[in-house]
Amino acid sequence: MGALSIRNVRRSYGNVHILKGINIEVEAGEFLILVGPSGCGKSTLLNIIAGLDKPTEGTIHIGGRDVTHALPKDRDIAMVFQSYALYPNMNVAQNISFGLEMRNVAKAERDAAVQRVAKMLQIEHLLDRKPAQLSGGQRQRVAMGRALARDPTLFLFDEPLSNLDAKLRVEMRAEIKHLHRTAQVTTVYVTHDQVEAMTLGDYIAVMKGGMIEQLGTPDDIYSRPATRFVAEFIGSPAMNIVTGQRAANGFASHGVDLALNAQQRGVIGDAHAEGVLYGLRPEALTFADAGLPGTISLLEPTGPETLALVDTPLGKLMARVPGKVHQQLGESVFLRWHAEDAHLFDAKSERRIG
Amino acid sequence: MSAASTARPFDWHRVALWSVLLLFALFFLVPMYVMLTTSLKDMAQIRDGNLLSLPTAPGFEAWSKAWSHACTGVDCSGLRPFFINSVLMVVPAVLVSTLIGAVNGYVLSKWRFPGSEMMFALMLFGVFMPMQVVLLPMSQILGWLGIASSIWGLILVHVIAGLPSTTLFFRNYYVGLPDELVKAAMLDGAGFWRIFWRIVLPLSTPITVVTLIWQFTNIWNDFLYGIVFSGAGSKPVTVGLNNLANTTTMVKEYNVDMAAAMIAALPTLLVYIVAGKYFVRGLTAGAVKG
Amino acid sequence: MNSTSTPVSAAQSEPPIPLGTRLAEWMPKLVLAPSFVIAFIFIYGLMAWNGYLSVSASRLLPNYEFVGLGQYVTLWESERWWVALKNLGIFGSLFIFFGMAIGLLLAILLDQKIRVEGALRTIYLYPMALSFIVTGTAWKWILNPGLGLEKVMREWGFTTFTFDWLINPDRAIYTVVIAGVWQSAGFVMALFLAGLRGIDDSILKAAQIDGANLPRIYWRIIIPSLRPVFFSTLMILSHLAIKSFDLVMALTAGGPGFATDLPATFMYTMAFSRGQIGLGAASATIMLATVAAIVVPYLYSELRTKK
Repeated sequence: MGALSIRNVRRSYGNVHILKGINIEVEAGEFLILVGPSGCGKSTLLNIIAGLDKPTEGTIHIGGRDVTHALPKDRDIAMVFQSYALYPNMNVAQNISFGLEMRNVAKAERDAAVQRVAKMLQIEHLLDRKPAQLSGGQRQRVAMGRALARDPTLFLFDEPLSNLDAKLRVEMRAEIKHLHRTAQVTTVYVTHDQVEAMTLGDYIAVMKGGMIEQLGTPDDIYSRPATRFVAEFIGSPAMNIVTGQRAANGFASHGVDLALNAQQRGVIGDAHAEGVLYGLRPEALTFADAGLPGTISLLEPTGPETLALVDTPLGKLMARVPGKVHQQLGESVFLRWHAEDAHLFDAKSERRIG
Repeated sequence: MSAASTARPFDWHRVALWSVLLLFALFFLVPMYVMLTTSLKDMAQIRDGNLLSLPTAPGFEAWSKAWSHACTGVDCSGLRPFFINSVLMVVPAVLVSTLIGAVNGYVLSKWRFPGSEMMFALMLFGVFMPMQVVLLPMSQILGWLGIASSIWGLILVHVIAGLPSTTLFFRNYYVGLPDELVKAAMLDGAGFWRIFWRIVLPLSTPITVVTLIWQFTNIWNDFLYGIVFSGAGSKPVTVGLNNLANTTTMVKEYNVDMAAAMIAALPTLLVYIVAGKYFVRGLTAGAVKG
Repeated sequence: MNSTSTPVSAAQSEPPIPLGTRLAEWMPKLVLAPSFVIAFIFIYGLMAWNGYLSVSASRLLPNYEFVGLGQYVTLWESERWWVALKNLGIFGSLFIFFGMAIGLLLAILLDQKIRVEGALRTIYLYPMALSFIVTGTAWKWILNPGLGLEKVMREWGFTTFTFDWLINPDRAIYTVVIAGVWQSAGFVMALFLAGLRGIDDSILKAAQIDGANLPRIYWRIIIPSLRPVFFSTLMILSHLAIKSFDLVMALTAGGPGFATDLPATFMYTMAFSRGQIGLGAASATIMLATVAAIVVPYLYSELRTKK
């Protein structure tokens, strides 16, 4: 029995459909990420899991219990909000123990829980301070402490790192991952940042327009994206995609022949009459002495690698080359890649075919 | 924003600016000065001097008379009984209307339900409605309840009349409190009332002060309800003052009139001086936010 | 871990909603209900009742016999009512005009980085803390013919100066304007000052870089962006003017005669001293209609844009 079951959840406001039928099963201890662009419905789904919103249709089961109509406090869950939502009029210790206080837990037990949690998160020295006196990272930890103290069945995170600066974000990401490994609580985490999604999750659900485009491990999502949207959303810089058709020699786009391996040739059939999308991730492209000709129109050396935007007959392609390049802006290069690095999608349905 | 400063030794602009500002300051201060000085004079000094002359022999006789012997119609016991009535009326009315306003504001901002905005809009009209239109029916109702001639009638009227304003103040303030606070508390297991007492109310000090001051000032200064809904023994100080200053039975004693006006004005004036900042916030909060 | 997103139509029977949830859902409505019901009754119910009184034959006591528009006819035939309306027009327009002009002027001047701004603001605004009765009583003394302003001016050398407006039927209404503006100009100033302070500094800096001088900046940029404040101030002053009762009662008691009567004092006199409840109710209804005509469109547009 899964720790969290989302079955056929829909949420509509009149004619506006925010969620169009979501089905997810999460096992105990798993870390699920909900990622997608603004408006895809991920926050709404999280609110429905939390009980802060009601689904128009469908059910939510937590730990085997049907909690679709239960109040948030009866669902045995804890949530960390984007703005942390720490109670400004209480100090850190009171913030952490508030949930226990509301459940009439004895003072001694509450204090013990606060100590346990404070130790785990290394905030013991902050227990007497008020939230206004804490830094962003400290507030984040207190918010997590408040959630941990309740020892819930399910942890929910609503974009908790969005308010932090870049360096702090990286640090806190590591802390959350470490915490999950130690505490092993089932977690659902909402973010719009695909780097967070890839690094934190056991499973990622990529959402768009109220539906799940793909649900899988980070590797699945990255290496075998199920749709064009997933392919372009995950991975930065985005995948290069060109449209091609079956040609005399196999496959071509913009008059350029594109090599296919045996397996790929097999999947391109008559069904894909409107064309096939041919996708290549920037890191699949290398500079070579022969191959697709092009001119460099933009160079962005980032230190460990160089991003190069190359003007080719196929259009502008973004390449990601390790180290530094000796070519300059405006110079000609040749791009080469392995056929099996290509991702193929049907041009009409935008779904993966190979 | 200031004009770009040139190092001119004598800036005519600033002189003109200050002159106008000071002139207006005089315009606003002179009446208070007149009230005060007149109240310290006796009738002889009033007749000899003019409005602006200082009292030659200042004394508080006029004040003492205004407080305890001046005639306000049939009775001649000064403003004292009226002042006491005002105090008895103001304290419960202010407290009750503020508390209810806080709870209403809490519901309207954090617990919205279909129709709550409409209910709010309908209540809001009460802030602007001319009270003339409910005077007659209201006196009937107070009569039926048996409180038409007692302080309780006035208290009830002021509480009801104050609800739209206090609700407006608290609602606008609570809208600025993050919704996530309430959500976090819900997840922590707190219900409607516990969230209010433990989290929302402790964060309401600024607006509570503003509302208390606003209500106190308005209710103390009110005259219309005071004159319509009171009986012989429950008239507030504004009615007492008006009676005192408008008696036609005796020779006009302007110094007593002014002393009486000062007595009636002192409570709200003191509140203004002590907590004027909050008073201004009340004015602008209520008005600008519509 | 598995998932699908294709719509699955399952006919599930929903489990019953627990009692705790039901109660939690109803609590906010229960709490707001009394206030709403009371407000509704006391605002709209009584309004309707008043409306009914205005079409009834009530005189000293309520008499619920329907007389159609008879009271309204009497109203519009009453010379005193017309005086009250005319006074409202004069008083209202002058009160609003001077109140706004002085308030705006003071706000602009105070915005010029004055050192004692706080003290000046306190001085300009304190009259709002006073009851209109206090204001009326004070100004009644100040404008006292013979012993007030007249005497001061005479003693300063203007020996033929007369200021008997207070007892002059044609001029008395202007004394109400003076006292009213004195009381309220500071309030207008506070509103405009808040509006001025809310203007984005970067717009002003851009204008200065573009070469505009100070008066130009005020005229072309700042004052136009104060439009919302203008409207809300206009609305508040109008509704204060229409409701003016206390001030008139203290300053002139509606006199001399009924030369300074306003609709509010007319209503009070008719309903409570003259035993003409129906007539009073009719005048109150007219007052309500006037206020509603101003306030409702304003509230409607405010609440709509606020969403």
